Amino acid sequence: MPLKNLSNLMVSRIKALILVLSLLPLFKLGVLGYLDQLGANPIEKLTRSTGYWTLTLLMLGLSLTPIRLLLGWLWAIRVRRMLGLFAFFYASLHFLCYLVLDQFFDWAAIAEDILKRPYITVGFPAFLMLIPLAITSTNNMIRRLGGQRWRNLHKLVYLIAVGGVIHYWWLVKKDLTNPITFAAILLLLFGIRLKYRMLKVSRK
Amino acid sequence: MYHKSSPTIAASEITSRELFEQRRQFIQLIAGLGLAALLPSELSAGEKLTIVKPALYTQPETLTPYEDVTQYNNFYEFGTDKEAPAKNADTLITHPWTITVEGEVHKPQVFDIERLLKLAPLEERVYRLRCVEAWSMVIPWVGYSFSELIKQVEPTGNAKFVEFVSLHDPKQMPGQLNPVLNWPYREGLRLDEAMHPLTLLTLGLYGEVLPKQNGAPVRLVIPWKYGFKSAKSIVKIRFTEKQPISSWTASGPNEYGFYANVNPAVDHPRWSQAKERRIGEFLKRKTLPFNGYAEQVSQLYAGMDLQKNF
Repeated sequence: MPLKNLSNLMVSRIKALILVLSLLPLFKLGVLGYLDQLGANPIEKLTRSTGYWTLTLLMLGLSLTPIRLLLGWLWAIRVRRMLGLFAFFYASLHFLCYLVLDQFFDWAAIAEDILKRPYITVGFPAFLMLIPLAITSTNNMIRRLGGQRWRNLHKLVYLIAVGGVIHYWWLVKKDLTNPITFAAILLLLFGIRLKYRMLKVSRK
Repeated sequence: MYHKSSPTIAASEITSRELFEQRRQFIQLIAGLGLAALLPSELSAGEKLTIVKPALYTQPETLTPYEDVTQYNNFYEFGTDKEAPAKNADTLITHPWTITVEGEVHKPQVFDIERLLKLAPLEERVYRLRCVEAWSMVIPWVGYSFSELIKQVEPTGNAKFVEFVSLHDPKQMPGQLNPVLNWPYREGLRLDEAMHPLTLLTLGLYGEVLPKQNGAPVRLVIPWKYGFKSAKSIVKIRFTEKQPISSWTASGPNEYGFYANVNPAVDHPRWSQAKERRIGEFLKRKTLPFNGYAEQVSQLYAGMDLQKNF
């Protein structure tokens, strides 16, 4: 299978493509903002859109191990860091939208949100947990932590993804179509991992 | 009959803007000359209504631009995105249209839209609209107090509540294919709330016939309650002895109560109601009790625990 092992050149090209594609949502928001086409409630639009892309990129990043397991594409793992960092990038924008545009540094209101609004109670720590993962994403940090410790730390991403989907689920007023879709994707991805783990155990 | 030959394409798209404006001015002129009564009734969105009593601007409020009022709507019958109603509502047929009034009344009857337009002099009323999602607008509605209609049907002594039922037809309202609420949309008021002069039977906004995405051809506006209480595209009004269950209450009784009076002190279980974002403004502003209409309506709830009766 030619797709299983790609040359370094091909992987760099795929990475370049992911880089461009991942910046497109931000570019689109920028253009819409410039043209004053973000609708009647631009703050809501920016917050929702950056949140949506955070979850989408998280799901994409979490799909690479299942892809490797199912299709044997060994190179898939090599684009994982980039997707993870873009997820963090959009999560940071999402958080900034909330902090600056929505609440405008109203710390009392923010504290109340974190304590009293369940969707923020789960969303805020999910964002915080992304920070150590982003910081330790460099090769140097992997070496300094050691492979096993680094892997254990980065298992936090499962918790973050679950928190992110619950955050979306709890904030929607009534139409749960999108949160349910994200939850279904996440369950599917977890299911594939679990199945392969069980296969591995039974083989031993 | 004029304006009947343009079912899908807006007149503004095939006519130059200038000509379009001139045509409107012509209609206004005719209305001004008192010839309006000779013409077929005013029904298509965008047509000028003949307003007898213009708004009294008792307090200075900046109107929310027409574009925002008509492009950012919660009207789940046409989809759950706020941009969806403006895109999808053209399938709604607003003429002919009737409202059936029944239940605990001495004179049950069917009102057609022509009669509703003439039932009482049309007034312009500038009201704040506060959505339960913590955003707000200021809208110049056109209509008259709902009590004018109540007078016509003479409620019996048993009538304690009024139930409003919106159109249920998934062919016209494709959002109803999604069982996100129990269709048809139902809302309700206590009779004294319905009688209150601020409760507006609404036929237009910005001096024009109500756009479809805003609840054409006839809706209610209750300015001291969260927006979802103001039922749109109403086809049935029922006077009842028992308190009706509104669609939103049925879907989430701990989140959407029967009264749904705007109240900064009672949070939605999942978000704060203390502040709101006025569409077009950056910083949030404080939400006022009864959306700023406390002076007019608070006596309706004297002695009631508003934390419990949210």
